[in-house]
Amino acid sequence: MSALLELERCTKVYRVGSFGTRRLTAVSDVSFDVRAGEVVSLIGESGSGKSTIGRMILRLSPVTSGTIRFKGDDVSTYSDHRLKGYYRHAQGVFQDPFSSYNPVYKADRVLELVKIAYFPHVDRATWRSKIEASLEAVSLDPGQVLHKFPHQLSGGQLQRLLVARALLLDLEFLVADEIISMLDASTRIDVLNLLGALKARGLGILFITHDLSLGNYISDRTLILRRGAVVESGPTSEVFGDPRHPYTRSLLAAVPHLHQKWGNDTSYGFDSEQVPTALVPVGPDHLARVAV
Amino acid sequence: MSLDVSGLKMYYRTVRGDVRAVDDVTFSIADGEIMGVAGESGCGKSSLGNSLVYLAGRMKYVGGTVELDGAPLPIWDFEAMNQYRFSRVSVIPQYAMSALNPTRRVGRMLEELLKSRGFDYGSLQPELLRRLELVGLDAEVLRLYPIELSGGMKQRTVMVISTLLDPSLLIADEITSALDVSTQKAVAKMLVEFRDRGFVKSMAVITHDISILYQVADTILVMYGGQLAEKASAAEIIEAPRHPYTKLLISSLPEIGVRYETKKLHGIPGTPPALLDPPEGCRFRDRCPLASEACRRTPPFREVAAGHHVACWRVAA
Amino acid sequence: MIPGISKKGEGADSALRETVYFALHNRKLVVGLGITLFMLLFALVGPLFAQHPPLEYGGHLSVAPTTKDGYWFGTTLLGQDVYAQFVNGLRLAFVVGAIGGGIAALVGMVVGFTAGYRGGVVDEILNMLTNVVLVIPTFALLLVIAAYLKVRGVMTESIFIGLTSWPWAARALRAQTFSLTSRDFIGLARLSGERSSRIIFTEIAPNMSSYLFMMFILLFGGAILIAATLDFIGLGPSNTISLGMMMQLSVQNAALQLHLWWWFLPPGLAMMAIVGSLYVMNVGLDEVFNPRLRSM
Repeated sequence: MSALLELERCTKVYRVGSFGTRRLTAVSDVSFDVRAGEVVSLIGESGSGKSTIGRMILRLSPVTSGTIRFKGDDVSTYSDHRLKGYYRHAQGVFQDPFSSYNPVYKADRVLELVKIAYFPHVDRATWRSKIEASLEAVSLDPGQVLHKFPHQLSGGQLQRLLVARALLLDLEFLVADEIISMLDASTRIDVLNLLGALKARGLGILFITHDLSLGNYISDRTLILRRGAVVESGPTSEVFGDPRHPYTRSLLAAVPHLHQKWGNDTSYGFDSEQVPTALVPVGPDHLARVAV
Repeated sequence: MSLDVSGLKMYYRTVRGDVRAVDDVTFSIADGEIMGVAGESGCGKSSLGNSLVYLAGRMKYVGGTVELDGAPLPIWDFEAMNQYRFSRVSVIPQYAMSALNPTRRVGRMLEELLKSRGFDYGSLQPELLRRLELVGLDAEVLRLYPIELSGGMKQRTVMVISTLLDPSLLIADEITSALDVSTQKAVAKMLVEFRDRGFVKSMAVITHDISILYQVADTILVMYGGQLAEKASAAEIIEAPRHPYTKLLISSLPEIGVRYETKKLHGIPGTPPALLDPPEGCRFRDRCPLASEACRRTPPFREVAAGHHVACWRVAA
Repeated sequence: MIPGISKKGEGADSALRETVYFALHNRKLVVGLGITLFMLLFALVGPLFAQHPPLEYGGHLSVAPTTKDGYWFGTTLLGQDVYAQFVNGLRLAFVVGAIGGGIAALVGMVVGFTAGYRGGVVDEILNMLTNVVLVIPTFALLLVIAAYLKVRGVMTESIFIGLTSWPWAARALRAQTFSLTSRDFIGLARLSGERSSRIIFTEIAPNMSSYLFMMFILLFGGAILIAATLDFIGLGPSNTISLGMMMQLSVQNAALQLHLWWWFLPPGLAMMAIVGSLYVMNVGLDEVFNPRLRSM
């Protein structure tokens, strides 16, 4: 299966300080791919650069160096006009549902914006049935979510509405950036199951999160990101079952489990500054940045 | 020490009426107990924690009693509470990391804080340094500005400051939410250590993350819609919950090892009730698969087994 | 954050109703608005009652306010009708405020929005431009301009004020735009194929509507004050008479020493009333728009 989305040696460097004299490397030489019909989770803590990668893929942030290929075409240099075509197939949903909607307008305006840009000549009736089909695909009741303001809907409904919006297009690839971290525990899992349903429809999904349990639940492959670089990658069962990089191990050791108490080590997290080595294969399709 | 809360009611005043955030809440925390308060957004857990220390803005005390070590705690009286705050009851607020004054060096801020309470910074400094070292912070931290500290460092600093005077009751409000998973573990374990060393007698740890509570709390209190649903030991809440809400909530939590293909989890359909005009009776009624006519009357929060309280008509004693 | 309350609610209607409710009950807003509207009415209707042209030398020198000959506010040392001058100046004040304030608001918005939205190099350049205009000595510039223009009208003065007082508005709007641009709905608008210019006007500006409104009021009042200052030192319009110029002439002609209080008191009080009430109105509006400032 050829890759739907491919990142090759992507780097993002910010210029900070007065007159932009200092450099801050947010993402360093990251390469991976996402195939159709699979969920890849990108796991990292704050400051790891995971959201930056999501934004680069969606071209909301320019790439400093490297290429991003969607179905073979390099989108990292696309102009505004060609980007519109790209967005027909690749969309994103972000962390804060209340920040994703302009509070001045009604929530379903996000659907209207899609119509204006991509379906200007479709008549009302056809559009209405298209919306209803989309809403049904995400288990939303049109009567409950249309014509309402964002503050009148719950976080879960708002996130689903964003997925419905993406489904109005010919969606093939979705970037889900911490989409459930601001939702309540009882509604989280339903939105996450939605990603599973989308995967079954053939979508490729990049699931960005800091929560290992969620990544483990939904994804087929996992990448562990630390300070802008991938430290381990491979099938989820491999990375979680047989973690090779010390950072991955420390992350897994720190996760609070529900039926098992933490061990008794008193370390305050993974601090060691190891010399970055290259990613080497440690198993079939399993790479880790460890010494050979 | 012990905390006894009985029939506590705290509402928020708004133009449209009263938001019944804490509605007739009764529970106790024993000496040395770490009680977790779990629930989703809008359940009133933060309001409950806040009300025991400081009635902010629009909160108003409506009724009920609070007793700390047998003596009543005058939570409705801001002035009277001054002598209890920080010394007997202390709080680590939500977003404690933003609670440090950005224009003051940490040490200077602490000095001013203690002075305002009538305590001498000099005499407390040795203990302060000892505790900072305990949580893995250098004495250097006192000379830094808050912006120079990382999230975890700020959280630990605030924890030390809040417990400096050895309060009887510590209320920790979502102190692990904004932290990375490794720092979360360190901070959560620190809470237990504070209790074990006697810096704090009892704690109420408020969070939406039940798995953290399982790791550090002795008991867990589950709140829903401004009312109490269940209270039991942490192990029982996770392994043998009795309230329908708790059961559904626990079963919706993904754990490492549980995968979508093999075991699809389910959430709870619907949303929590608006507390402005809450439904009468059990507030979980609309989402509960076991709801019946009897649920139109508010079920009492009673003990159905040793140390296990539940508010549900369908749970037999 | 009050728990459990944001779910129910009737949306924009109730938000609007709530705003109107607070607006009508806010004393500062009501009083400020009342005074401003009264002065505006006076400016519109007043000139109809003037019986003499403002600059005409009527012959009756230094007459105290009287009903005779329609000299409601008396005459100046040179025999001009103070009332006529007053209502003329009042009108001019509103014109300067509207045009000067309007131009400043427009330029400030364009510069502020663009700098805040684009960031990067564009922001640096616009910042430099803003700073340059900010430090231009306006008096010196106006003196140079005055030396070149034979006749200066109110329009010239208004345009000049507009083009030199926008920097602080641009700065404030840039800061606000920065914070809004980082919100996810802007990213979503871009993902929906919206063009940048459309995004600024349909996504960002409506979120700042209350801020823009208040900013315009401040620029309006500020323009009037600047005009009064310029008039007072003799750099006002050369073909008409304004409130500031009345003050200037009265001082030049020793009105204070000659006890001709009717010459300088009306224009001084009028300017104080207009600008003061505008600022008070602004404080009231801030309370209405910002729920946290409301005393409940």
